Amino acid sequence: MPTDFKIQDGALIVAPSGEIDHHETKRLREEIDREIERCVPERVVFDFSRTSFMDSSGLGLILGRYRKASEKGIEVVIANPGEKITRILKMAGVDKLISIKGVVK
Amino acid sequence: MKREKLNEMKMKFRALSSNEGFARIVTTAFIMPYSPTVEELADIKTAVSEAVTNAIVHGYRSNGDKYVSLTAVMYSDGSLTVSISDKGCGIPDIHKAMEPLFTTDAENERTGMGFSIMETFTDKLRVVSRVGEGTRVTMTKRLSVFSK
Repeated sequence: MPTDFKIQDGALIVAPSGEIDHHETKRLREEIDREIERCVPERVVFDFSRTSFMDSSGLGLILGRYRKASEKGIEVVIANPGEKITRILKMAGVDKLISIKGVVK
Repeated sequence: MKREKLNEMKMKFRALSSNEGFARIVTTAFIMPYSPTVEELADIKTAVSEAVTNAIVHGYRSNGDKYVSLTAVMYSDGSLTVSISDKGCGIPDIHKAMEPLFTTDAENERTGMGFSIMETFTDKLRVVSRVGEGTRVTMTKRLSVFSK
């Protein structure tokens, strides 16, 4: 599934579409790391508005990028995760590390 | 009332990561006739995804020549049972493996949340494993529409 990358006000917006599982994270991880390396943004925003499914592999992907970004002083934000993805994020306590915007209750 | 099997499905697929999505789709197709709610469907898909990924990544260490088995049974009382098994390396300490955030593969950004998710998203989770022989994960989920 294609992932959209966009630069907006110093932020790299990563918008993966479709399903994020272990199979997809291998490719996503490389793509996102390459874009962060290339753009050196102030902030990375994961926009999940077009993501229909995510399992714990997606948590690993987010936390891994968060760790790498933090070392470089880059902020990470999660946007529009929807109900199902929000549930998994909260279960793993990701919401305590990374701010989530546009949460569906 | 005696519980009867309404339907049953068994399949085997190679331990390839591309089959994680395949397993989710097949399980979804199997339960669709029983009108699961959107939430129930999402829960089952996620739990199956976790179990299949574990079999591939941990059980077989991503050896795509091996096979993962998936069995799904729909019962007349509205409960669905999904079993996912591998003949891989097995789990030496199941209690440890089931602890939230415990992982043997942090290097590859595995979070150790797989079993916690399976437990939370289903009604019952059973794990049987033997080192060197393999692991079987059996999950049961009751569909609400049947209880009406």
